[in-house]
Amino acid sequence: MIVTKNIPDFTASPHIDQVGVEERASRFTKRSIKNETKINGLKLALNMIDLTTLEGKDTDGKVKQLCYKALHLHDAYPGLPTVAAICVYPSMVKVAKQALGDSGVKVASVATAFPSGQAPRDIKLRDTKFAVANGADEVDMVISRGKFLSGEYNFVFDEIAAVKEACGSARLKVILETGELGSYDKVRRASDIAMYAGADFIKTSTGKISPAATMPVTLVMLEAIRDFYYKTGKRIAMKPAGGISKSKLALHYLVMLNEVLGEAWMNNEWFRFGASSLANDILMQLMKQRTGVYQSANYFSID
Amino acid sequence: MATRKSNTLKLKFDSARNLSPAPESKSAAKIEPRYDLFINGKFEKPLSKKYFSTINPATEEKLSEVADANAADVNKAVVAARTAYDKVWKKMPAKERAKYIYRIARIMQERAREFAVVETLDGGKPIRESRDFDIPTAANHFFYYAGWADKLEYAFPNRTAKPLGVAGQIIPWNFPLLMAAWKIAPALATGNTVVLKPAETTPLTALKLAEIIQEADLPPGVVNIITGAGATGAALVNHPDINKIAFTGSTAVGKMIQHAIAGTNKKATLELGGKAANIIFDDAPLDQAVEGVINGIFFNQGHVCCAGSRLYVQESVFKEVIRKLKDRMETLIVGDPLDKNTDIGAINSRQQLDIINNYLKIGKQEGAEMYQSSCNLPRKGFFCKPTIFTNVAQSNRIAQEEIFGPVLAIQSFRTDDEVIEKANNTPFGLSAGIWTDKGSKIFNLSSKMRAGVVWANSFNKFDPSSPFGGYKESGYGREGGLHGLSGYVNLV
Repeated sequence: MIVTKNIPDFTASPHIDQVGVEERASRFTKRSIKNETKINGLKLALNMIDLTTLEGKDTDGKVKQLCYKALHLHDAYPGLPTVAAICVYPSMVKVAKQALGDSGVKVASVATAFPSGQAPRDIKLRDTKFAVANGADEVDMVISRGKFLSGEYNFVFDEIAAVKEACGSARLKVILETGELGSYDKVRRASDIAMYAGADFIKTSTGKISPAATMPVTLVMLEAIRDFYYKTGKRIAMKPAGGISKSKLALHYLVMLNEVLGEAWMNNEWFRFGASSLANDILMQLMKQRTGVYQSANYFSID
Repeated sequence: MATRKSNTLKLKFDSARNLSPAPESKSAAKIEPRYDLFINGKFEKPLSKKYFSTINPATEEKLSEVADANAADVNKAVVAARTAYDKVWKKMPAKERAKYIYRIARIMQERAREFAVVETLDGGKPIRESRDFDIPTAANHFFYYAGWADKLEYAFPNRTAKPLGVAGQIIPWNFPLLMAAWKIAPALATGNTVVLKPAETTPLTALKLAEIIQEADLPPGVVNIITGAGATGAALVNHPDINKIAFTGSTAVGKMIQHAIAGTNKKATLELGGKAANIIFDDAPLDQAVEGVINGIFFNQGHVCCAGSRLYVQESVFKEVIRKLKDRMETLIVGDPLDKNTDIGAINSRQQLDIINNYLKIGKQEGAEMYQSSCNLPRKGFFCKPTIFTNVAQSNRIAQEEIFGPVLAIQSFRTDDEVIEKANNTPFGLSAGIWTDKGSKIFNLSSKMRAGVVWANSFNKFDPSSPFGGYKESGYGREGGLHGLSGYVNLV
């Protein structure tokens, strides 16, 4: 599926000044988010979470528990939203889909030989089709970083396009694994390739490599999304993943999103947090806003 | 998939500007109802018996009243400085001098929050800037020059650096405490004594600096701080027992000072106006360049002598840069300077606001296209929306004259030679900015730019160790760094 007739020369992707982008990213952290804005921001962040479990030891039981948590984050606080999605391995999609039913919470599945992506294309496509056939609403693929770093941009482009086709109506998140790309210039280039090849989301990381999501990397990707939007009229969603475990940091990301892409992106159709422990920290902060005191972590369920 | 024309696409940022208020508490700021003149280590009532008010430009409320020094008061301050110079300061071992300067720096750090709040109340600048830039940088200047005090023989190898005597220092209202630090720190480090006059709209942090100087137990008379308007400054410049005038302010007043001191052996350093060119080439990292432009012209409401008030954009990326600039302007929060989220605070005075508004009128009359962000301005106080002009010609007044406000004049260019010629085509020469990914272009251009400071892929960066000063009508002499010592010594 070709998204646009005019595919640019990816070697000519815009350059990024490291000092400048890091300075700009840190500026968002200077915003002071208080009162109403804080409560709304925390609830929005909760609603943007892709609650994730991606372990070798995942079982049906574990995934079912996580799905219950997705729907009932903290019943002591009425009126809380659900998370956006549950993110699991393909083998767990069916269980998750059953557990979530018609709640509206999506099932996202990693695919394409996650996390390394070191497998032949036909296996990656089968992996994808398996996840979709089991009911995945969203597919989180990884790009072939080795091919990307050796300059084979056409290979990476074609692979993403092929996976997109295999996704059918499922939305495709393309994981760049920015911690392996080595520079902001490369992050920008990989973002451009992914978007032109048909990504619905671009996503920073698998969570298996450090560093995972950082604010400057996310900023570079948000700016790529904005430029793509102005060029094609098509909106792309963003998902930073890994390393975002505190509410305050999540709020900083939302400030950044709001100031780079604006209001239209401020919902879970266009932005997600890939995180496993962020939800409880947000719940703790929301309870603190409501009661004035911090509650012990023991009051919040661990799944 | 249907694609829309890109010129119809627009991002919306209203919610990014409408955050819940996050005001810094005023309780940290102790402001006396009335301040006298700080002469010979004590606050003394002015011989003029006159006081004038200083207001908060964001609310137009009176903050305090300060003494209006006349010629007799100025004389008293100069006599105190001369006595301190002869009897104490010039005889003191350099490392002892350094201890006092270090002490000032440390107390300033300890009281940073209080100073930040007062600076913002009196001058209108956002608390984020006074907290993160003005006060810490001011303290750093004292730290830096304290270090030089006993190392002057290394600063000037094979020469002996002798102090000049009494320095008369006149500072502007845009960075009140920071400019006081720029002036006082090198003067003290080299063994001079000081009479400082802050600007009449922003005297409070200088007077609070006097409190620090008392607390640091600096010998009486080494630093004297007197307040007043132009007449007080003139009395200081014309006082026969002054050895050196250090002035930061407008080019017009700089010229008057040069007239006044002609034929005397008073030394001078003048740091005057500017109309800096910020140049974006088509290979630049555009988003970071746009951020640099925003920082260059909207930092401190554009009340910056080195503000990047002219923007030259290579024609092949012109539209894209303007679009990015407009989007970025939409997210600037204009309003209460004490709110921690405010990006652009109050214009320093009604007089300055009138000047800026007059230039907006001139720009429109000249046929330039004005664009302002869609923010709302507070009903009270002096505020101006961030403004850019496109369709500007080099011959427009808005491209030639210093506006000293949040107003940017944008032109396009085609070749390197063209932009060098245009950037240098100004009576000023304080600073410039170059944005390109190509290192060789940076070296080529920066050596051809007739400006005291040329920033590459950055703008408005300051450090105590880095000299600052102008070419042409932007003045002479350097402040900061090793060079900043030269203006306060005779080398023998």
